Amino acid sequence: MNSGSLGVRLAPWLFTVVMFVLWEAIVRLFNIPTFFLPPPTAIAQAFVDFWPAIYRNSVFTLSTTMIGFAMAVGFGLFLGLVVGWSRTIYAGLYPLMIGFNAIPKVAVVPILVLWFGIGFIPAVLTAFLISFFPIVVNVATGLATIEPELEDVLKALGASKLDIMRKVGIPRTLPYFFGSLKVAITLAFVGSVISESIASNYGIGNLMLQAQAQFQVPLIFAGLVALAIEGIVMYWAMAVLEARMTKWAQRSGFAQN
Amino acid sequence: MSAFVALDGVSHAYGGAGGTLAVEDLSLSVAEGEFAAVVGPSGCGKSTLMKLATGLQFPFKGEVAVAGQQVTQPVKIAGMAFQAPTLLPWRTTLENLLLPLEIVEPHRSQLRRRKADYVARAEALLASVGLDGQGVKYPWELSGGMQQRTSLCRALIHEPQLLMLDEPFGALDAFTREELWGVIRDLHAARKITVVLVTHDLREAVFLADRVFVMSARPGRVLVERKIDIPRPRDLEVTFTSQFTDLVHELRGHIVRARQ
Repeated sequence: MNSGSLGVRLAPWLFTVVMFVLWEAIVRLFNIPTFFLPPPTAIAQAFVDFWPAIYRNSVFTLSTTMIGFAMAVGFGLFLGLVVGWSRTIYAGLYPLMIGFNAIPKVAVVPILVLWFGIGFIPAVLTAFLISFFPIVVNVATGLATIEPELEDVLKALGASKLDIMRKVGIPRTLPYFFGSLKVAITLAFVGSVISESIASNYGIGNLMLQAQAQFQVPLIFAGLVALAIEGIVMYWAMAVLEARMTKWAQRSGFAQN
Repeated sequence: MSAFVALDGVSHAYGGAGGTLAVEDLSLSVAEGEFAAVVGPSGCGKSTLMKLATGLQFPFKGEVAVAGQQVTQPVKIAGMAFQAPTLLPWRTTLENLLLPLEIVEPHRSQLRRRKADYVARAEALLASVGLDGQGVKYPWELSGGMQQRTSLCRALIHEPQLLMLDEPFGALDAFTREELWGVIRDLHAARKITVVLVTHDLREAVFLADRVFVMSARPGRVLVERKIDIPRPRDLEVTFTSQFTDLVHELRGHIVRARQ
């Protein structure tokens, strides 16, 4: 939306290229062995050599992430609205949620495996469990920050709580909600990779684990790069969605044009 | 004239009867079509008065009646405007104006059928406060004064019989404020609506009101009731006459005593 100058638009590509060039140069300059830190060219070669496996496992990781994320969006939105609706529910659920969020999700995976076996389901559930919290908090915050005067104006007209929620609460929460999706999708991704690394025969996490067992260090790094690319794409998709859905909340961007 | 808004021996405390008293034994009555101003030191319970008169809060002692009915629920025939315009940024100015009609009956159930009527009414209202053709803009594209005009329009769109204003011009610069005094004055004259204006600004109170109530420091009650017999229509020039400044001076004396 904010186009900016050519320099600003090229900067991300330029910085990325510079990072890889530096990496390559350092590895060559200091003769760092490939099994310790492979140069980007070796990683690229691994990408080419193992493309079918990388592709297959990426699709698997992406699908567990997206399903877990979709569940988190539905559940997070629902719980956020419920928590924002009633102060009693808020008071009751908040400590529980904070406690739950404090548990490292890696510690939950063995339990999920116990219940559902290894593979697809634990990965989806880990992605879900790790990513719904920021959505809940953001939706509840949006509802909690309705101006009391506006509430008075509407209440004096006889507005019900549902009216205020529909006309003011939910629209006003949308920027918070869409903002939280950027955080949530990244977390969901982390969740499914954690679960795959521990308990799965598929996915990028598992691929890296196997590569490590076979000492194929460039392939491990290729897995990392694949994860990074997928993460960027998903984050970007959420950012675009956010910008489209909540134009009114991004006035500073308009002002610059 | 009978009282349109009547508070009789009202006491109200936040946090139940044992809490801090906001107003105590407050009595005040405003006639139909009258323009009343309430002034007082800060924290004197002026905003509590607003909430009591619109049925957002209920006193633990005394009675509040609006239009002859005891207030036991939100009054619905009142429009309110505050210091902050509180417009919804995701709605255009026109859509903001239509918001009360989406809430209050009978408009609520007629909105879809009579949409064109209501839009025309909103546009006429905007034109009457000097905002012709601004309805398509978003609130953040308007100046502070224009936003406050919009907020006034929103308070009036459902044609309330009572307009409650809580320091509506407090955040505006002096010139815009005086400009909006004229807007309110004309709206009151044209619609014969009852207005209760809560304000810190004594010149504003004297310029606009038929009667000014001076409230005491917390817990608030009415100390002085002063009739303003400057003939209407009043022009801004009136604020430079000695009659006007004497009135302001006198009220100021009351406020100073109220603060002690």
